[in-house]
Amino acid sequence: MIELKDISKIYKSKNGEITAVKNVNLSINKGEIFGIIGYSGAGKSTMIRLLNGLEKPSNGTVTVNGKQISSISGNELRNARQKISMIFQHFNLLWSRTVAENIAFPLEIAGVSKTERSKRVKELIDLVGLSGRENAYPSQLSGGQKQRVGIARALANNPEVLLCDEATSALDPETTDSILELLLDINKRLGLTIVLITHEMHVIRKICNRVAVMEAGQVVEQGDVLRVFQNPQAEITKNFVMQVSGTKESKESIEQILANYPTGKIVKLTFIGNKTEQPIISQLIKEFGVEVNIVHGNISQTTGGPYGTLIVQIDGDSTKVKQALELLDQQEVQTEVIDHA
Amino acid sequence: MLSGFFPNVRWDKLWEATYDTLYMTVISTGATFVLGLAIGILLFLTSPHQIWANKIANFITGSLVNIFRSIPFIVLIILLIPFTKFLLGTIRGVNAALPALIIGAAPFYARMVLIALREIDKGVIEAARSMGAKTSTIIWKVLIPESMPALLSGITVTAVTLVGYTAMAGIIGAGGLGNLAFIDGFQRSRDDVTLMATIVILIIVFVIQFIGDLITSITDKR
Repeated sequence: MIELKDISKIYKSKNGEITAVKNVNLSINKGEIFGIIGYSGAGKSTMIRLLNGLEKPSNGTVTVNGKQISSISGNELRNARQKISMIFQHFNLLWSRTVAENIAFPLEIAGVSKTERSKRVKELIDLVGLSGRENAYPSQLSGGQKQRVGIARALANNPEVLLCDEATSALDPETTDSILELLLDINKRLGLTIVLITHEMHVIRKICNRVAVMEAGQVVEQGDVLRVFQNPQAEITKNFVMQVSGTKESKESIEQILANYPTGKIVKLTFIGNKTEQPIISQLIKEFGVEVNIVHGNISQTTGGPYGTLIVQIDGDSTKVKQALELLDQQEVQTEVIDHA
Repeated sequence: MLSGFFPNVRWDKLWEATYDTLYMTVISTGATFVLGLAIGILLFLTSPHQIWANKIANFITGSLVNIFRSIPFIVLIILLIPFTKFLLGTIRGVNAALPALIIGAAPFYARMVLIALREIDKGVIEAARSMGAKTSTIIWKVLIPESMPALLSGITVTAVTLVGYTAMAGIIGAGGLGNLAFIDGFQRSRDDVTLMATIVILIIVFVIQFIGDLITSITDKR
């Protein structure tokens, strides 16, 4: 559906050249929700704008739905953009227009007749759950409602791809979740391909099928969300995963336990799928007679299934502890012994 | 009763002068709005990072605006005498004042248009581009409506300035209240005529400001 080949983007400025994106290769499948995560300045804003031609790559080709976006221009590009919609962090609604008129705007651009427009607008308002607010102005709406207008507007011309530029970053956690639910719902109902950029791992966990991690203009890691969560490779990815598993906060307690119980081993267990539902810990205690002290536990749902982290302290006879760890390995549970916090 | 305070005011002449001033103000304000808007949009779109980003076009337009904005109006009228004569065949009367009024006010208003357009959220323009909007669509459906309150308060200020300009044009023979105050009032030492002309000008300015503020606040949905 979307192919990026050897993409580089270099900006020329007075102080020399700035490489925003460097040698990126990505392919995104039809109907999937693909997330790009990175800190600010990682090049993800530029990346997403390459997909609808708002930015042109310095090198490489961008193909979306069979059209080479990186080389078309004028009318051809404008027509292609009607099928590649975008929603924004700050919503970017026209304040001078009502909700209904904002949603009608892309239809006006596409030259849809007035009667068709009002029919379509009504459908879209129902779809995003804004019935009764059609004549309100954006200034009278909450952030979440504004983003719903943004989404309705983006869906107006039946796009094949929806680009989300930090679409939930300006919203509170609860509203973020409701917008993510809406995106997931739209993805399932309309079979829309969604590409989103974010700096919140929570967003990736909640709705993405696959993820690419960006750092300094490069994709340092990509793959299925669940796999990346279970087995992050790059340092930055580990940091992002920690955002969700909450293990960052348990650092202090780990330090304390390490100091107070120098004999035991602190182990971080990461498990996915139905392993999250099995009583592995009680098995350890029964079979090896070791002491297991739970320091931190967390289970998160991803679209690919549940993902859990458990930090435990295992104490007892050293050979027993070793055997216990071997058992965990056999169980396809990712284990990592922590000897310093 | 009024005639007691203003013994020398001839009401029919006052009315005629008021009509002339209103005529010059309305026509020149309308033309300034259109011309200033066009120049302002050109200045905006040719500025860096915009759709028509073009250093040369931006520099030329900007320079012309600055030159015409810097010439004192009274001097501009004199400089434009040959142009006006060529255009209208005369340099007297209300219509002869219009070229100078418009050329004097449009660059001034163009600057205000530029400021208004710069206030528009860049994201909104980007959103329109991402929907596949043509530049003309962006101008008519994004730039103008989204900056409307600022465009209207700008044209209100410009209209008030134009009332002042018409008075100056009046002195060199364009008619209107300025002409009345100068010829009938000042040169004949009839202070009551000058005072009356001033009062009417003040009323016109207040009414323009009131209507302008009202329309500005109605269009502002932010």
